[in-house]
Amino acid sequence: MTEFRMPSLGADMEAGTLVEWMVKPGDRVKRGDVVAIVETQKGAIEVEIFETGEIEQILVDVGAKVPVGTPLAKIRDAPDAMAGLDVAPAKEALAASLAPPPAVAPAAPRLALPSISAGPMPPSVGRIRASPAARRLAQTQKLDLATITGSGPLGAIIAQDVEGSRAVAPLLEKKRAEPGLDLEAMRAAIAAAMTRSKREIPHYYLEHQVDVTPCEAWLAQTNATRPPDKRLLMGALAVKAVALAAHRFPTFNGFYREGKFELARGVHVGVAIAIRGGGLAAPAIRDADRISCDELMGRMRDLIQRMRSGRIRSSEIADSTITISSLGERGVEALYGIIYPPQVALVGVGKIVARPWIVDGAIAPRSIVTLTLSGDHRANDGHAGALFLAEIGKLLREPEKL
Amino acid sequence: MRKGQPDRLTTGLMQQIADRSEPVELSYREAVRAAIRDAMIRDERVFLMGEDVGRYGGCYAVSKGLQAEFGPERIRDAPLAESGFTGAGVGAAIAGMRPIVELMTVNFSLLALDQILNSAATLRHMSGNQFGVPLVIRMATGAGRQLAAQHSHSLEGWYAHIPGIKVLAPATLEDARGMLWTALQDPDPVLIFENIVLYNMMGKLAADAGPVEIAKAAVRHAGRDVSLITYGGSLWKTLEAASLLAAENIEAEVIDLRSLRPLDDATIIASVSKTRRAVIIDEGWRSGGISAEIYARIVEQAFWELDAPPGRVCSEETPIPYPRHLEQAAIPQASKIVAAAKSALGRGG
Repeated sequence: MTEFRMPSLGADMEAGTLVEWMVKPGDRVKRGDVVAIVETQKGAIEVEIFETGEIEQILVDVGAKVPVGTPLAKIRDAPDAMAGLDVAPAKEALAASLAPPPAVAPAAPRLALPSISAGPMPPSVGRIRASPAARRLAQTQKLDLATITGSGPLGAIIAQDVEGSRAVAPLLEKKRAEPGLDLEAMRAAIAAAMTRSKREIPHYYLEHQVDVTPCEAWLAQTNATRPPDKRLLMGALAVKAVALAAHRFPTFNGFYREGKFELARGVHVGVAIAIRGGGLAAPAIRDADRISCDELMGRMRDLIQRMRSGRIRSSEIADSTITISSLGERGVEALYGIIYPPQVALVGVGKIVARPWIVDGAIAPRSIVTLTLSGDHRANDGHAGALFLAEIGKLLREPEKL
Repeated sequence: MRKGQPDRLTTGLMQQIADRSEPVELSYREAVRAAIRDAMIRDERVFLMGEDVGRYGGCYAVSKGLQAEFGPERIRDAPLAESGFTGAGVGAAIAGMRPIVELMTVNFSLLALDQILNSAATLRHMSGNQFGVPLVIRMATGAGRQLAAQHSHSLEGWYAHIPGIKVLAPATLEDARGMLWTALQDPDPVLIFENIVLYNMMGKLAADAGPVEIAKAAVRHAGRDVSLITYGGSLWKTLEAASLLAAENIEAEVIDLRSLRPLDDATIIASVSKTRRAVIIDEGWRSGGISAEIYARIVEQAFWELDAPPGRVCSEETPIPYPRHLEQAAIPQASKIVAAAKSALGRGG
């Protein structure tokens, strides 16, 4: 028996609100499954489980806000769960063959007792069943009721359903309509983390200009035969190069906690993603040094999409071991970031600019990117930082090897 | 005024109340009697008048022993003529007395309805505020004692329709003990409805229990999932339902209205706004009852807070039957309240 606890989804998180359980008692889970959605100042996070076993008991109800570390559910360990499974497969198979396909909506209309219902609700022909409170909440938060699953009487959407789905709604939509609470909370979280960083971390900054003409050429060649949604972008190469460099220079990859630096086991690169309206988050691409550029690109696309729709997994938020920040094509030539504690390094990637460059003794137009490093001087030094930046530059010179 | 000898029970009770600081164990009936006796002692203008209240001691034994203590002028037996003696009470109140008129049950109060509505409730208005009617009328209400259809109805909701009077429904020992004096201080008529199944209810009452305010509803049990709104005899069934619901992880909030006129809208609306769901429990009939009025106010004032249509548990629309099983089937019960609450939560099926 183990306990699944409210995870810390960032150095600044003290408590989280449980907005949705994705599992129920009796469900079997394995490491990496998303079991709950937790609302933090950063928005809704899909929380993964690290155990394999069976959900024994749910300890915290939806809507409750509990401190980090609070047990949320009891997990029966895999061996126990397996013990009870001896006959299950056969039973399940039988059930599967007999059972009609499950209804799409688990909250299919339930019959209310005639003793109280003020009359049956009209059949929902082109009309969404939602309580007045749910409608009012959805209205103020600019949510579309059609995107919300109801759990109330006759399957109606009730206030709690709207509250639970708040985070599912596009954050930018909310911001566009009016200053949304989530963005304000996110802003507060950013303020807290950045203030802490600048108060505690002795930053130093380095800058290095890299010729990425080979990258551009290689990308053009690689993408020529690909459909748009399979194409690689410069950003993926940059993340891969940073990840590989961080693997080789481990003092940039880890956490400074309680007065000492801890090396991280894997390289999980946090990619800063701006959210229109003032939000910012840096979900992680796990093991970015070990996956192919194509897979990395796919994950970045997925992350950006889910970030915009507010669905990010716990491991992606909490696990970053180093952060990369890029202001993109519309950005500036160089940016000097603030380290996200307890990490110890942040790599800034400026926009690609065409510059006269000396190549083989002659001036030639080349595509240049300015890389910067913000380092935590408690964990690493400028000398190592220079080598680290140079390594990234070197890696970008041979994109085909990334 | 002749001083009589109080009966042993009442004396002992009052002695306990006077001498001790610890709670005393007593019945609802005894709490009402203590309230009457206290008022008689405090104010010489107070007298009790009704059928069988004197020598017989009250048809529900509420005034047992009081005539011996206070004499037949202040504990007055009235003929079987509700309109007549209620009218006498109205006149006495206008003339400066503080009468307590007891009507045997709300069913018989209909014979005095002209005096209550056309005289008591309207005279301040008709006289241009020259005089009011500081009259208290107590009466029994409700089913559950197999007294059949002419003695078992719950018509207090009808009286709550009338401007110019207050309608109280004490459900607890504290209110049975405390509402009477406050009602006697009111410059206008106050009707107090005592549910007949409560008279034998035993409980503990603080030794220094005294007058209570009569304008506010009370949250008898706090909860966040559904508001159960009730009064009088149904309060205890509703509290039982709340504990049954608690066993299913449903936290019900139980509101004891205490006053049916005026209704404490603020307490009702605050609770419903919190829980987003309401079930009204009323031993009166559903059609046109006080439950309908409460329902309407919830929808008028808290529509946008609701997560489900409010529910109602009322008496079946039939004269209250005599056979016990039919009588019990006709009135609200904890099981019906539980079902209604679960239905409001979408857990009915």
